[in-house]
Amino acid sequence: MRDMYICLSDLKPGESGVVTGFAKKAFLRRRLQDLGIIAGTPIHCIGKSPLGDPQAYLVRRTVIALRKKDAAQIFVREVA
Amino acid sequence: MERTIALAGNPNVGKSTVFNALTGMKQHTGNWPGKTVATASGTCMWDGCLYRLVDLPGCYSLLAHSEEEEVARDFICFSHPDAVVAVCDATCLERNLNLVLQILEITDRVVLCVNLQDEAEKKKIRIHLSLLSERLGIPVVGTSARDGKGLADIFHALSDLERQPYFRQITRYPDILESAIQEMEKTAADFLPDPSIARWCAVRLLESDGYFPDAPKDEKGTPLPEIPQIRRKLSALSVSLSPQGWNAEKIRDCIAETFIKRAETLCRECVRFEDPQYAKKDRKLDFLFTSKATGFPIMLLFLFLLFWITVNGANLPSSLLSDVLFSVEDWLYDTARSLGIPETVYAPLIFGIYRVLAWVISVMLPPMAIFFPLFTLLEDFGYLPRVAFNLDRCFQKCHACGKQALTMCMGLGCNAVGVTGCRIIDSPRERMIAVLTNSLVPCNGRFPMILAVITMFLAGNTEGFAASFLPAFFLSLVIVLGIVMTLLASRFLSGTLLKGMPSSFTLELPPFRRPQFGKVIVRSVLDRTVFVLGRAVITAAPAGLLIWIMANVTVGDVPILTYCTDFLDPFARMLGLDGVILMSFILGMPANEIVLPIMLMTYLSQGTLTELADLQVMKSLLVENGWTWITAVCVILFSLMHWPCTTTCLTIRKETKSTKWMFLSILLPAAMGMVSCFVFATAARFFSGMF
Repeated sequence: MRDMYICLSDLKPGESGVVTGFAKKAFLRRRLQDLGIIAGTPIHCIGKSPLGDPQAYLVRRTVIALRKKDAAQIFVREVA
Repeated sequence: MERTIALAGNPNVGKSTVFNALTGMKQHTGNWPGKTVATASGTCMWDGCLYRLVDLPGCYSLLAHSEEEEVARDFICFSHPDAVVAVCDATCLERNLNLVLQILEITDRVVLCVNLQDEAEKKKIRIHLSLLSERLGIPVVGTSARDGKGLADIFHALSDLERQPYFRQITRYPDILESAIQEMEKTAADFLPDPSIARWCAVRLLESDGYFPDAPKDEKGTPLPEIPQIRRKLSALSVSLSPQGWNAEKIRDCIAETFIKRAETLCRECVRFEDPQYAKKDRKLDFLFTSKATGFPIMLLFLFLLFWITVNGANLPSSLLSDVLFSVEDWLYDTARSLGIPETVYAPLIFGIYRVLAWVISVMLPPMAIFFPLFTLLEDFGYLPRVAFNLDRCFQKCHACGKQALTMCMGLGCNAVGVTGCRIIDSPRERMIAVLTNSLVPCNGRFPMILAVITMFLAGNTEGFAASFLPAFFLSLVIVLGIVMTLLASRFLSGTLLKGMPSSFTLELPPFRRPQFGKVIVRSVLDRTVFVLGRAVITAAPAGLLIWIMANVTVGDVPILTYCTDFLDPFARMLGLDGVILMSFILGMPANEIVLPIMLMTYLSQGTLTELADLQVMKSLLVENGWTWITAVCVILFSLMHWPCTTTCLTIRKETKSTKWMFLSILLPAAMGMVSCFVFATAARFFSGMF
């Protein structure tokens, strides 16, 4: 069962998910909320940088780049 | 009548373009988030009313995590603008509305300006402006500021706001929270000199357990959270809320989510995407610019192309300008003599001031005037954030921020601008690293000199294709070296003086936009030319005069200039340079553009040549003064890494608010340059002695 709590950083380019929550003390929380990332938001990984990190995500029709260690603070449910 | 209008909005929605279009000013714009880091203000007249427009830095919210947000928030909350024009990007309205809703919580005098209608049109995104206006209860206008469309509507909306009543539809929170907020609001309103921000203050108090830095004060000057009645109210409310699970964290999350969800609902009603594949082109370009196989090659290719066009485009104007300017010099000389003006008057003017100016204009100006607009086009297109995206991993390894790549790009234009641009970096530690290392990227004032040296000594004897190819190739190598040095210096700083781990990093990759070719080229060529000429007159003229005087005033038969260069010579030789070169770098501190002209001038005053027509003659002058390819490489290394120019130093002091950091920003690159030159010169001499 891989559908419950995976991290956003686990999404590979081309995969999509829905945000379920943040790690307890997510440092970035407010900033991510300002960018429209809240529980229930669909998110799609569209690519990674040539060196593998950061990755780019499509959220609410904008593209946001996040480092792996920051994306690991966001929990998602994978959707096909 | 005079009115103050604040322009607010997310980064990169064209606020500065709207601002420029309205005020006729020339605030530099570009397609990447965070271009405007300081507030700019300008005025314009409309219908007999004087509008003072303030361009606030772009921000995603008013909840103040970064300096820009703080500036924007403070202005909207506490400076009482007559109205706020909230500028949005029509192509991603939903994310933009979050900020608009927050502004609406503070003030009802808001006009929503949905900009970039032309881009939305292209992507078949339809926005129902009147419905949006009805839902928000404020005037909404559609604009495409780049073509000047819809701008008049902004003024109409502003005067509408004055005349007819609008009832803003504030965002309502879930009931239990809403009633707590309203209670708090009532209490807060009694103490605030401006009760209109009471609701906003109430929310801030509740979501933070009373921790509210820079809170507004009551009439006696007590900050809001320290007023006993407020504190009592706050604890009473939290007693009733917390048993139901409403702690500060949940309240914070709920508040953020309420805005996001309302923005989502509004967009579902008012925006229609007729082409579901509207962003396909952007995604394709993104893949091209950032994939493993093509990301870095394309980046290097762009760098090379930029320089290739610059190098080859600059050749012709350079030689034309120098022909003209030096024949003017001859003419001036003849005229002065025929008019019987004494030599002590005309010589310093012609051979001092005029000559240095002529060199600055003929050698330095053409590459600058070509490079700058080309770079601006790339910036306008939206490529720079992709550079930051590609390079972020390297900066992360050095415990720095990927946005430093953006500040380095700005540094290519001007290091002082790059240093100011460092404000886009949120973490103070990472910002300081970016400030201190910015001058390791050669600015527009330095690379024409590097280019001239490359052409003369490293790529001079080639013909045809290679002749146009090699200088650009070497110049790109120099920039890559500058990037490597920046990374090394950043790593060094984050391991010593500025210890710490990399902080979090969010970077928006905005949609690509077609650059405004005509406007960019005309404006940046003109602006650059005027700027360089202005600076040349201010700095080069006195420097030219000073050198002439030093070369012609003698103490015991030896000119003062020779004393100085002889003094510096032994040390400079160790670095593979000579006394004249080192002195030129020192005297050139006010502006890097004048280093090479000062150098030539000094050699000239000590030698036999009197006229320099082109690079070949210039080269023979330098060779006559003992230059070899080793000297050339050392000069390039040293111009890449030495002290920042005076303007940049002053900017660093202003940005860091510290003279100590300013001195470090001088010492760090200077030490790096000296060590590199010493190592290179010693090694090169050793090996060339062997063969």
